[in-house]
Amino acid sequence: MTTQVTTPNEVLPPPTERYTILGWLHKNLFSDWFNSILSIIAGAFVFVIVRGLLRWLFVTAQWAAINDNISLYMKGQYPGAEDWRLWLLIYLAVLLTGLMWGVFMRRTSAITWVLMMMPLILGGWVFALGKPSWWLVALLDIVGIAGYLLAKRFPQTSKRLTVTLLLLYMPLVILVIRGFGETGFLPRVGTNLWGGLLLSLLLAIIGIVFSFPIGVLLALGRQSKMPALKTLSIIYIEVIRGVPLITLLFMGQVMLPFFLPAGLTIDRVIRAVVAIIMFAAAYMAENVRGGLQSIPQGQFEAADAIGLSGMQKMVHIILPQALRTVIPVLVGQFIGLFKDTSLVALVGLLDLLGIARGILANPSYIGRQLEVFAFIALIYWIFSYAMSYAARRLEISLGVGER
Amino acid sequence: MATNTRKGSTVPFWRDERYLQAIAQVIVVGGIAALGWWLIRNLLTGLESLGTPLNFRFLGQTAQFDIGESMISYTRNSPYVRAILVGLLNTIKVSSVGILFATLFGVIIGVARLSSNWLVNRLAAAYVELLRNIPLLVFLIFLSSTVFHKLPLVAEAASIGKWAFLTNRGIYVTWVHKAAGWSTYQWVLLAGLLISVVMSVLLIRQGRRTGRMPLWFLWALLSFIGVAVVGWFIIPATPLVPDIPTLQGRNFQGGISLTPEFMAIFSGLVIYTAAFIAEVVRAGIQAVSKGQREAAAALGLSNFMTLRLVVFPQAMRVIIPPLTSQYLNLTKNSSLAIAVGYPDLFAVGGTIVNQSGRAVEIILITMGVYLSFSLLTSLFMNWYNRHTQLVER
Repeated sequence: MTTQVTTPNEVLPPPTERYTILGWLHKNLFSDWFNSILSIIAGAFVFVIVRGLLRWLFVTAQWAAINDNISLYMKGQYPGAEDWRLWLLIYLAVLLTGLMWGVFMRRTSAITWVLMMMPLILGGWVFALGKPSWWLVALLDIVGIAGYLLAKRFPQTSKRLTVTLLLLYMPLVILVIRGFGETGFLPRVGTNLWGGLLLSLLLAIIGIVFSFPIGVLLALGRQSKMPALKTLSIIYIEVIRGVPLITLLFMGQVMLPFFLPAGLTIDRVIRAVVAIIMFAAAYMAENVRGGLQSIPQGQFEAADAIGLSGMQKMVHIILPQALRTVIPVLVGQFIGLFKDTSLVALVGLLDLLGIARGILANPSYIGRQLEVFAFIALIYWIFSYAMSYAARRLEISLGVGER
Repeated sequence: MATNTRKGSTVPFWRDERYLQAIAQVIVVGGIAALGWWLIRNLLTGLESLGTPLNFRFLGQTAQFDIGESMISYTRNSPYVRAILVGLLNTIKVSSVGILFATLFGVIIGVARLSSNWLVNRLAAAYVELLRNIPLLVFLIFLSSTVFHKLPLVAEAASIGKWAFLTNRGIYVTWVHKAAGWSTYQWVLLAGLLISVVMSVLLIRQGRRTGRMPLWFLWALLSFIGVAVVGWFIIPATPLVPDIPTLQGRNFQGGISLTPEFMAIFSGLVIYTAAFIAEVVRAGIQAVSKGQREAAAALGLSNFMTLRLVVFPQAMRVIIPPLTSQYLNLTKNSSLAIAVGYPDLFAVGGTIVNQSGRAVEIILITMGVYLSFSLLTSLFMNWYNRHTQLVER
């Protein structure tokens, strides 16, 4: 943050200020008596915190509760023999990221970040699945870069490939993770075995993907001139946004079985997913509406002028522009949703938080709350921060603010 | 669009946009109504077969369970409806106190984020980035299980200057209780309030007339404090005496006691929401363009006057809407109190569901309450937006 991009026209500050440590200290920490006092207090604060943190990290903390259960945190009870499925999906995700970056991004300044960090983060996760195989993680980077180069080399083919893959990826994830049939190539893995970070990420991704079409429809409904549709959309959006997610999850667990005819039971994970999708759709609708409102009136009029029907106008003119402007906001919503999935632990699912509570209930890890919660907070933090950073880069790259 | 269809009768009705729209709406509404009817019929028959048909008469039955803390009198023989009221009041309590402290804390962090002091600036940024990227629920459970339930036992309580005691049963803080002089003193306070109201009305009126608005709020506050202080010494008997918590038997008596559950949800909500409020405040202040400050400087306004008259009023217009939504988030997030054992509306509702099996009714009540909170807030927001909207010429 302290580095500044300077253009030749800009007047550079005198060298004394820029280069001497004392000058920097004087300017940034001790410019007047008030700032000096602030700096000293803040410095003491930082010192105490860092010292306590280091002492805890290296002396007091006992990491057995983490080390012994690392694969539980990462994938719950998902059978170890089926790990290759998760590997496959992660490789595909990295390839897709590389392709997308090559196809959609015009500027390449952030390329190193995405190609290095994303696979590394995912790789760290994979690494934690139980089999320490660094070459598989290294291979992830190679796949990502290959995707990027492929997209740069064959733009047209890659674009089609990317879009197809994007559309197919979500169903593929569910299919591969769940599997089908009792025996054979992909034996079924029940949702009761899904857990840990795997479940948290799945809930967030499924939530955002499936709420997207519903959200777009709701946003269009809210903007439409038809009074009945408009009222229904507004009621749905405002009701869902007005209640806490936990009441929806609770409703999904307790009430959903009542709504269906007797004898039809639904899996608990699916019930949570339904609640999350319902919840996310309302917020999605508001985000998309923001995008729709940012489209100047002239675009609508121009579409009318060249004789497009209402449907054509939306599909070809308005939505592509509106969705483009909301992409960074959607990443923000995804982060929020990822954090919110921790609430499913309160209705008894074993997501990352649920698993952590389960492990703490084990008598041999009694009193290890600090270590366990710090660990899962770190995992949530890394994913959320990486995504919000990516969103910021994306915003710059898409030039959203510049229109 | 519709003008050409009105006069030209050549367009058949199946291509007339107005008919098509009407038909589309009828189909959609009909479909949703049918779906809703099917779902609700399933629900009603399901509940009927369980022997608990949908109605709210059960609210009069006795609750048969205890609630950890309550602002109104409540026993296990009170009816369910009273238990819900206790939960609702607890929700309101933690939200309102939480909003107050989160705002204070958030504004401080937000301003620190803009500080020219590098260290302060970085610390505030680290705080914001740390908290914004972890889930509130993880943070709450973390606080409750590693801080507030790990405080020392009552017998070896940690004390802060003999005025406050931290124990794992709760936190005891010195407060005041009314003494002999209170009955006279409350009239003094009332008089002070009256004087300050009259004063602010006069000052505002004067400000309107002359076009130079004085700091009316500050003057009113000062006059109130002045009356209160003078009155304190004039009255012969002391109106209020400090009530210091003391260890009596197995527990502390006196002062205000805050349960560890309340402290966990309260401090969790405050610390977490403050990070978001800090971002809102920072964005608001940064939204005021630099030219405004420069113009104020050119007019010869002092730093403080620039903030008060130029930056602050414009920043408020940007800050208030997202700030309100943060308040609303805090209120909704207080439903996570169930994870730390604080008996808020949702937690009490959960207990009632377990006790009586009336899940549907309780969910309806809970959602209705949260929904009315948010509707009230959005009504306020609409009023506020109309009130402060820039008049474009």
